[in-house]
Amino acid sequence: MVRKLRPLVQIGFTAVTNGYVFGFLTGKIYTGPLKTACVPGLNCYSCPGALGSCPIGALQAVLTGGSRFSFYVVGFLLLFGSIFGRFICGWLCPFGLVQDLLHKIPVPGKRKNLPGHRPLVWLKYGILAVFVVLLPMFAVDGFGQSKPWFCQYICPSGTLMAGIPLVASSEALQAAAGALFNWKVGLLIVTVLLAVWIYRPFCKYVCPLGAVYSFFNSIACYRYRVEDTCIRCGRCQEACQMDIRVWEKPNSPECIRCGACIQACPVHALKRDPLFSPKAPVCSNVKKKEEG
Amino acid sequence: MKAKRRVILPGLLLVTGICFLAAGIYRGEAQTVWIKAIYICLECIGIG
Repeated sequence: MVRKLRPLVQIGFTAVTNGYVFGFLTGKIYTGPLKTACVPGLNCYSCPGALGSCPIGALQAVLTGGSRFSFYVVGFLLLFGSIFGRFICGWLCPFGLVQDLLHKIPVPGKRKNLPGHRPLVWLKYGILAVFVVLLPMFAVDGFGQSKPWFCQYICPSGTLMAGIPLVASSEALQAAAGALFNWKVGLLIVTVLLAVWIYRPFCKYVCPLGAVYSFFNSIACYRYRVEDTCIRCGRCQEACQMDIRVWEKPNSPECIRCGACIQACPVHALKRDPLFSPKAPVCSNVKKKEEG
Repeated sequence: MKAKRRVILPGLLLVTGICFLAAGIYRGEAQTVWIKAIYICLECIGIG
């Protein structure tokens, strides 16, 4: 049931948070009060349909304005992260939905990860630190102004959901599009192609918002639990497209809470941890090995 | 003790998040976010 429910939730949430249909028809963006609020996923606020603000874009907006810290955006991230962790990545992020749909395209040679997966997963933390925080804060011009480095030079979600629709609908923007636009479209094409063969490459290796939420996975209200009935057969890891040893780390920072492991477990040892449950996450077989 | 930490920690983060939101609104950061969001971000769409 989760397998059928998750895509519906993803599509529904994307439709709701990008429901400004008038924007797509006219090439203009929504300017109402809802844009004061951040949506939980990576959703460019320049998308013609966007009704809310992207937390990463909003964070950079405040940092480029001269502030050293954004209580408002960090507050949103704490709120979303402490409740959901990376459930947001798996269920509520529009660009996660795009990658999931791309990965359904039937092609030979699909794999879970890129070569060098283990060190590569740390790249997103570097991108968060450098492109989202440090450069917007410190790489300033003579007027003390900086720019949203991640949004400007990397974010393929912004290119797909905002850049292409807006440029396509405006001759003026078409005339202004140059090398930067070509670079971003190129990055988008690479991301799209990779996502067909590799499961969620952007989420695994690049997304700074996923990096933020990953810090919350082990402590968020929504967690997974491994019961003592776990037989360490490894089927959870086989089913896990994020390639997590679920029986050892059910609340891994890489887990996007898709639920595939829970469906795959032959002894039903994996559970969604109820809110505020005091039960331990590690199964006794693993505990005995660690103690021995 | 571990069980208490599992309940208290997300609760603390939640409360901290709400307090930070309130502080950010008080400091005018919500207005900053809104002003940025209602104009097309030329950097974000690749125009620069």
